[in-house]
Amino acid sequence: MSTSTPTRTLRVLIAKPGLDGHDRGAKVMARGLRDAGFEVIYTGLFQTPEMIASAALQEDVDVVGLSILSGAHMALFPRIMEALRAAGLGDVLVVAGGTIPEADQAAVREMGIAAVFGPGSTFADVAEFLRTHAPSRAA
Amino acid sequence: MADLIAQLDEGNPRALPRLLSLVERRDPAGMAALAALYPRTGKAAVVGITGAPGAGKSTLVNALAHAARAAEMRVAILAIDPSSPVSGGAVLGDRIRMMDLHADPGVFIRSVASKGRTGGLAPAAAAMVHCLDAAGYPLILLETVGAGQDSIDIDVLARTVIVVQAPGFGDGVQAIKAGILEIGDILVVNKADLPGARELARTLRGSLDHPEPGEWEVPVLLTDAASGEGVPAVLDAVLQHGRWLAQSGEIAQRLRVAASAEVLDGVRNELQRRLNAATAGSLDQVISDVAARRTPPEDAVNAILASLPGLGGAASDQRGG
Repeated sequence: MSTSTPTRTLRVLIAKPGLDGHDRGAKVMARGLRDAGFEVIYTGLFQTPEMIASAALQEDVDVVGLSILSGAHMALFPRIMEALRAAGLGDVLVVAGGTIPEADQAAVREMGIAAVFGPGSTFADVAEFLRTHAPSRAA
Repeated sequence: MADLIAQLDEGNPRALPRLLSLVERRDPAGMAALAALYPRTGKAAVVGITGAPGAGKSTLVNALAHAARAAEMRVAILAIDPSSPVSGGAVLGDRIRMMDLHADPGVFIRSVASKGRTGGLAPAAAAMVHCLDAAGYPLILLETVGAGQDSIDIDVLARTVIVVQAPGFGDGVQAIKAGILEIGDILVVNKADLPGARELARTLRGSLDHPEPGEWEVPVLLTDAASGEGVPAVLDAVLQHGRWLAQSGEIAQRLRVAASAEVLDGVRNELQRRLNAATAGSLDQVISDVAARRTPPEDAVNAILASLPGLGGAASDQRGG
């Protein structure tokens, strides 16, 4: 047919789960990924796992990025992963950023979160990781 | 493609989001599904919401969706935000003001990047609206990129256009000058609690022509979308405008204008694509020749047209007269 584009723009949902009100990091990352050519859907603060899953579903994103600074990641991440699976989104790439102690990172990966980008990660690192690991789609 | 339509009909929640993605990037499978679904469309009330950045479009869309849910109407929202002209990426933030709708299965929200298109819409907006229509949403709210005094085509795609104003964006004369009022079927003065709101509403009312009998009378409504005050009256006006479109027969005209714009837009895009493909290797040299006065512009135009498959030199022969 006429005009299908060979490279598609990856869509990333950046979500702030839980009760911490610090979204500076999430916004900076949203802008960084925009400048790297991604379409970033930013949903704001205080997202429940169900809200994150519903937004990821409707927006048909390739990647969900979770930004968390409250320390509640060990409690919230399993619930988010479960909500994503329940919405049929088990194949979406999930990454996390914020303050996640070294000691928790193995457990976080165990939950199915592909990478943790802590302070000091560059936009280039994140963009490269997402491009490499986003699920490929047949048409 | 048949799978996608079957999934949509079964109510598989992943089907519509997928279809929208495929249609947005003009994937052949998506376009084929849309072609099959097209006869079902044309039923939804497509409502465009436009106005200056900061006037409260997202907040009004959110409040309208709540009013629709209170009236037990399912509602779909297409929220368009600008793409970066540099990277082609985008930050789509309209969901922030629609947070309290996320948990409601009767509300579907999709964020779309404008991809460099001016006029407040996105290139695939019409096709995406058809998908939402085919999925059975009776009310589709289309939030444009904040349009200033620019060319506007929301009035072509939407059946009912709401123009949102707020006090503090220049006086009422600015609003009249902007030329955006003419496309409004409903004018909303938002942030009604701010000083100047009533005066702005009065100015707007004074600027409207008196309708002939049988014509639509454009209402000017005051809202405080953040609290929801005045918003049910806006939904009422939308539904009333829909009834007027049907009773007056104006609906046929609006569907015709939308169809015409969509078809000609598609033809223009495809011609542009073919032009780009056909001249990819040669354009630089042709332009250099024209700039250096070695070739007159008209000769260059004819040479390029002659090189386009199917357009040949015949077009220039038939010109004049």
